[in-house]
Amino acid sequence: MFPISDYKKATTIEEALALMAEDPGLRPIAGGTDILIKLHKGKPGYDRLVDIHDVAALSGIRLNDSGDIVIGPGTVFNQVIANELIQTHLPVLATALATIGGPQVRNMGTIGGNLCNGVPSADSAPALLVFNATVTLRSHTGVRQLLVADFFKGPGEVDLAPGELLTAITIPAADHRDHFGHYIKYAMRDAMDIATIGCAAAVAIEGDRLGDLRLAFGVAAPVPIRCPAAEAAAKGRPLDGELAERVAAAVLSDVRPRDSWRAAKDFRLQIIGELARRALRHAVMNAGGRLPCDRP
Amino acid sequence: MRQTIAITLNGSPRRFDVDVRQSLMEVLREQAGTLSVKQGCGVGECGACTVLIDDAPVDSCIYLAVWADGRAVRTTEGECRDGQLSPVQQAFVEEGAVQCGICTPGFVMAATALTERRPGEPLDRDAIRRGLAGNLCRCTGYATIVTAVEKCICREEE
Repeated sequence: MFPISDYKKATTIEEALALMAEDPGLRPIAGGTDILIKLHKGKPGYDRLVDIHDVAALSGIRLNDSGDIVIGPGTVFNQVIANELIQTHLPVLATALATIGGPQVRNMGTIGGNLCNGVPSADSAPALLVFNATVTLRSHTGVRQLLVADFFKGPGEVDLAPGELLTAITIPAADHRDHFGHYIKYAMRDAMDIATIGCAAAVAIEGDRLGDLRLAFGVAAPVPIRCPAAEAAAKGRPLDGELAERVAAAVLSDVRPRDSWRAAKDFRLQIIGELARRALRHAVMNAGGRLPCDRP
Repeated sequence: MRQTIAITLNGSPRRFDVDVRQSLMEVLREQAGTLSVKQGCGVGECGACTVLIDDAPVDSCIYLAVWADGRAVRTTEGECRDGQLSPVQQAFVEEGAVQCGICTPGFVMAATALTERRPGEPLDRDAIRRGLAGNLCRCTGYATIVTAVEKCICREEE
């Protein structure tokens, strides 16, 4: 039995917001794959819950009138992965989510929970960052929208005020139309492991040049990050063997990995450079281009 | 904090009076008597508690019992019909894909979901391993388990 001290069930977004407005100490629980484990381990602060597991309006994926992809945060990983819109317009997100846990966890955990949990290793984060995804946060009194990049505040900490609920994850039409991406997770095992380093790249190519690079990392800093220096070093450059080396060198000034029992800082830096090269090369390939490999 | 839930358990409608703090695994073991559902790690890593909810495998140890309300739950007890083992169960027996047996029900349910999802579609050993990646076995070394699932898929294709 989980040590839950207070439990309220919501079946609509409005009901959840009303419950949280009345009692801001309530924490939403959706898939439960993070919160129930914390409760099982006796971690304090997770015992008062508003259950949004069965709020149908938080689940599902659609294209809005502007062509943006709108993902319900309560959609479980496997539903996102199998979704036709995602497979067609944002396959890199499916690639990223398929690296999470194992089949059972991907049938329970939600993409919104992955973001709200706020860990630097969230596999959904780098892929959403490179497509300039936004989160919509609703409370009983209002609504605000911010970039996923601005949502992460620190390890395990996101910009979610008491009483606020993540109600949509939006990928703008222009971003998913013009950019092609790739995600690589480096971990000790191929399943049931958290990332030692996660890397997403998205590119737009213009003829024989790289029009635009977006590069993001998980576990390379206290929060998932974009890499402005690496992106600037790549912008407008020819698609030659030197490009990947420029990016791999520049990215080192964007990241701040740490030593942990999982991996040493120096090792992470090595992996970061190599994943930047590989993710870039794959993303260029997915965009219909080719990046020669100069290295032996 | 009690609530009545109605679930279809192995094809039969059942009602349970549950505490909202209970996991589905606890209700299945303590109230439904489906003791094939094992608690291993208790944190969704080992897959010993795997059951199918609306035909999708989940770890019942980190799934609240109240979430199963109105849904169909399958455990290995229901896979044996009219005294006949299911194709997955039969393949596990034939390949000797069992040693101590604790992980077996979870593997059988994960393999059942895997083989039912895309009937007739070939799965190579890598795909089978990925499909069973949420289940741990500390005895067999997995080779016999993967072979059992492979055999079961081949049989379906015949």
